[in-house]
Formats: sequence, structure tokens, C-alpha cells
Amino acid sequence: MTTVAHPAPNAIHAPSPSFGDRLRYGWADTANLTRRDIKIWTRNPAFLVFAVIQPVMFVLLFRYVFGGAIPTTVPGGYVNYLMPGIIAQSAAFASFGTAIALARQMQRGVIDRFRSMPMARSAVLLGRLAADTLRLTVTVIVVLGVGYAVGFRFLTGIGPAIGMLVLGIVFGVAICTISAFVGMAIRDEESVGSFGLIWLFPLTFVSSAFVTVRTMPGWLQAFANNQPVTIVIDEMRAMALGGPLVEHGWQSAAWLAGIFVVFIPLAVRAYRRS
Amino acid sequence: MTVREATRGWDGPAILVEGLRKSFGEVQALRGIDLEVARGQVLGMLGPNGAGKTTAVKVLTTLLAPDAGRALVEGRDVVHSAAAVREIIGLAGQSAAIQEELTGRENLEIMGRLYHLTKGESRHRAAQLLERFDLEDAADRPAKGYSGGMARRLDLAASLVARPAVLFLDEPTTGLDPRSRMGMWEVIRELVGEGATLLLTTQYLEEADELADQIVVIDHGEVIAAGTGEELKNRIGGDVVEFVVADRTHVDTAVAAVATLGEGSPSVDRETGQVSVRVGAAGSNALVDAVRALDAAGVRSEGLGIRRPSLDDVFLALTGHGADSAPETRGRRGRRSGRPEHAGAR
Ligand SMILES: Nc1ncnc2c1ncn2[C@@H]1O[C@H](COP(=O)(O)OP(=O)(O)OP(=O)(O)O)[C@@H](O)[C@H]1O
Ligand SMILES: [Mg+2]
Repeated sequence: MTTVAHPAPNAIHAPSPSFGDRLRYGWADTANLTRRDIKIWTRNPAFLVFAVIQPVMFVLLFRYVFGGAIPTTVPGGYVNYLMPGIIAQSAAFASFGTAIALARQMQRGVIDRFRSMPMARSAVLLGRLAADTLRLTVTVIVVLGVGYAVGFRFLTGIGPAIGMLVLGIVFGVAICTISAFVGMAIRDEESVGSFGLIWLFPLTFVSSAFVTVRTMPGWLQAFANNQPVTIVIDEMRAMALGGPLVEHGWQSAAWLAGIFVVFIPLAVRAYRRS
Repeated sequence: MTVREATRGWDGPAILVEGLRKSFGEVQALRGIDLEVARGQVLGMLGPNGAGKTTAVKVLTTLLAPDAGRALVEGRDVVHSAAAVREIIGLAGQSAAIQEELTGRENLEIMGRLYHLTKGESRHRAAQLLERFDLEDAADRPAKGYSGGMARRLDLAASLVARPAVLFLDEPTTGLDPRSRMGMWEVIRELVGEGATLLLTTQYLEEADELADQIVVIDHGEVIAAGTGEELKNRIGGDVVEFVVADRTHVDTAVAAVATLGEGSPSVDRETGQVSVRVGAAGSNALVDAVRALDAAGVRSEGLGIRRPSLDDVFLALTGHGADSAPETRGRRGRRSGRPEHAGAR
């Protein structure tokens, strides 16, 4: 390596790390960040409220306050109709935590520091999603437990029951990737907290989560019937209570895959650009 | 990586910047910056709000891609060899990038792990840095409860975990009280003693003077002056005679009396009654002349003295405006108030 004298020396060529090294470091970085994010989450009381108390309140509210007024033909009554919907809804709302944590880290310069370090580009996002998957799982299990306590029962076997939980969690993670993008694009904790996830409300409430779509006005039905939240919840309901699995199964898989394919690259790009 | 390993194969300057440009839409944050920092030296980048300091640091630390020009850190191009640059730099950005929920120790240990040190090494390095930055007592408390100075020190410690060969500090003392700032200066001086190259930005003129071997003054995205603190001071032509007029109504009389002493008209602060005259190399003769002139005019003065020009004077002479009167002054913490001429001369 020769160095051309001042004023215009050539840059030295730095060898880039091998593919194996990159993979190894990428894995280690992701694992370390996952652990870190879990630790942060367990120390933050606000997250606990989001992850556990709020979903439980929703279950009780719908079961006992609105439930009596909502007619249903589902075997086992409204609580059976409700639970798949509320599990999906809780999983989706858990993504608040994703968006807020990332926006906060952006704002405080934590992400800038990470980006100035020799770290895999995708590690921050993947670590976050891994930690959030665990958080989601806790939420889903707590909600299911409360559901059981207030009368919910699976009417199918253990296989479909687990399938329903997994689908609910994967759905939640998909929504987390959207929220991750939103959080990193907005980059301001307060804005994310007040309007960053406003889109989740129509998406979860104008769906089959709490009431059958047939009770809505026609123009709203067109939206409700064809949006992913309804499709995923109908599939979860079929898994929990019985019914045809195939059609909504394919549609759910397609929607979820589509969300991952679109929003993971968008979120990684927002991370690189920040 | 040691400094020696990090710098192998390159004997040019540790930081080399040529014609660097960066715009955000209409705003030209950098309009062709050139810089050179020799290995082991401290460059102070001095400029008011919105001058482009943070933008320059972000380009050099691979966070932003420049629109034009190039930047090499220890010979590695920040665009084409970004990964190699990241191996050898440390960054403490403008806001303290620490995770509040974690303790000081945890913050540092996780940094070690992310720099691919082993668990043992990370732990050892964290303990070492906590001791050095006087954070041992608070090490196992969540960083949420840290004072501004402690948070800043932890942030600086975090940037040092991997022993970077080139360190970038963006306004390391902004928002700190004078005592914490002195503490920070001491820490920074020690660091430099260990052979690292340092680029630090500041709005405090005295800070650049205290810490930097070389200073570049930037304003509106351009380098408007460069040199040592001493050179910059000489550039505006020697010493300054300064005094305060006891009776404010006599300020004009006083100015008229000393007007012929200096090179150019005296500058006046009507609020405090302070008058400064640049007297070139006339030195103590000028002081005697000033006393006589004021006496003859019947003006009573206080604190009459001669001083070397401060960097604030330099800034005023170079830009025609004080360091604090940048056009786009954004609200921010820890800004000084008052007239710029006085701020640097404590
Ligand atoms: N991401 C951005 N988008 C748009 N404009 C930007 C962005 N970052 C910086 N700017 C603008 O570029 C100019 C230079 O900003 P920069 O942050 O580099 O200044 P600075 O010298 O660091 O100022 P300060 O002392 O306030 O930190 C400013 O006019 C600023 O508003
Ligand atoms: Mg700045």
C-alpha cells in the first residue's frame, strides 16, 4: 500500500469482513440488543401497563359491559366470539411499545450512536422485534388466561388452539414492523405517543374483532370484510371455535407475508437514513 | 483495536476532508469544507447555532452521506469504507445517548458487547471507565437519576469503550454548569494525552481555546478562519484596552476621547458602559495614553486594563456578528445569554 503525498492521498482500501464474520456478528449483535431491549422493558412501568393491564381491562370491559348488548350465534356465547378478536387486538396494540421505544432512541441519539458502530445494519430492528415478540407472547398469554377465567373455552383441539395463539403473535409482530417504521420515520416520542398509531384504531375496530361485520352499514362492510385484521381474526376464530380454515388461512398468510416484505425493508431504510 | 493497529497503512492526516458539501433541501448545511487534523491532535470546530457543526460530524462518523467532496478518517473513506471507519471511531453526539432505564454499568457493558468485546472484557472495561469518569458511586443506579454532568460523562465513557483511534465529540459541554464543564475539560485533556485524535465542536470560544491545538471557525457551512487560537487572535491585530465608564451618560465623551488610540472605532456596550479599543501592538503605552485621555476628558472609568483578544473578538471581527446572533437560533438548552464580547473573557 503506497500513500500518495499531500494534497490528495488516496484512501486506503479496507477489506470488508467475510460473509461468515458478518453473519456471526449479526447474530451476536441481534442477541445482545434483544437482551438489552427486554431488560429495558422490564424496568419500565409504563410498558407493563401497556402490555398487561390495558389488554386485561379490554377483556373485562367487552365481556361484561358491551357483551350483553351484542347478540351472537357463536357456540359458547359472546365471550367465545370475543376472545380471538381481543387477542389479535392486544397483539396489535402492543406495537405501541415498539414505535415509542424506537422514536425515543432516535430522539436521544442512541440510534445515531449505534449507526456509528461496527454493527449489523439490521440488528437494531431485529433485536427490537425479537424482544417485542416475547413481550407480545406475555400479553397474549395473560389475555388468554383472563379469558379463560371469564368463561372462554376453545371448542377445537390443542393443535388449532396453539395455531390460533401463534397466528395472533405473528400478526402482532407484523403490526410491530409497521410501527417500527412509523416510529423511526416520525422520530419524536411525543408525536408517536399522541398520533403515531392512530391508524390502528379504525383497523382493529372496523373489523370482526368485537362485532359481526354484518351489523355495520354497507359501505363500511366493504372495508371491514376485506382488510387484514378481519381476515386474520376470522381465521383465529375458526381455529378456536371450529369452521373452515383454508380460505382465510391463505389470505392471512398472504397479508402477513406482504406486511413483512414491505415494512421490514422500509424500517431498515428509515434506520439507515435517520 | 489499538491506535497503532487502527492506523496501520496510513501516514496521512488522521482526518482529511476535501470540498465537503451537504444540503437538506434548500438549506446548504455544508458548502465546501476542507479540514486536516494530524494524528494525536485536537481540532476545535467552532461555530454558532446552525453553522453546520453537527452535519460535519455526522458525515465524518458515517451517519450522513455527503452530496459532494470526500472525507477520510485514518485513510478510510467515510462513504466507500464506512464499515472500516466505524471500527476505529468513537462518537458522543450532541445529546447524551444513554439508555435511562439501564444503570451506568449496564450502559457501558452493553456497548462493549456491541463492539464485540467478550463478556469479561466488557465488564472490565466498564469498571475501568466508571472509575476514571468518577461514576463509581452511581454505577449501579439507573441512569435516569443522573445529573446532566454525570449523563455527559457516561456518554463520553460509552464512546471510549472500544478505545477509538479517532474521537468525535459534538458539543461535549453544552448545558453543563461551569464546574462540570471544567471536569469535562480535564477528562478530555487526559484522553488526548493517550494518542487519540479528537475533533470536538463547540459554541464556547474559550473551550476551543482551552482544548484545541487547531481551531476552525465555521459559519453558514463554510470555514471562515483556521489556525491556532494564538494565530486567530493575532489576526485581528493585537491587544484590547477595555474599561467601564462609571457614569453611563459619559459614554460618548469617553468614546470620543479614546477614539484615536485604536485601529478602528471602539466598540461599546451601552447597557454596561463597557468600552473596548483595539490598540494593535501599542501595548502598555496605549494603556497609559488611555488613562491620560480619559482623565483629560473628565471621565471616571473602572476596571481599566489591557488584555489579549478573546476568540469572541475574533468571531466578531470575522463574521461581523457575535457568536450568539446566528440567524436561525433554535431554542436549546444551556445557551449563554448576554453580549458575546464578554462571554469568552472570564
Ligand atoms: N436533518 C435535517 N433536515 C433539514 N435541515 C437540517 C437537518 N439537519 C440540519 N439541518 C440544517 O442544517 C443547518 C446546519 O445544522 P447543524 O445541525 O449542522 O448545525 P450546528 O452547527 O450543529 O448547530 P447547533 O450548534 O445548533 O447544534 C441548519 O440550518 C439546520 O437547520
Ligand atoms: Mg449541532
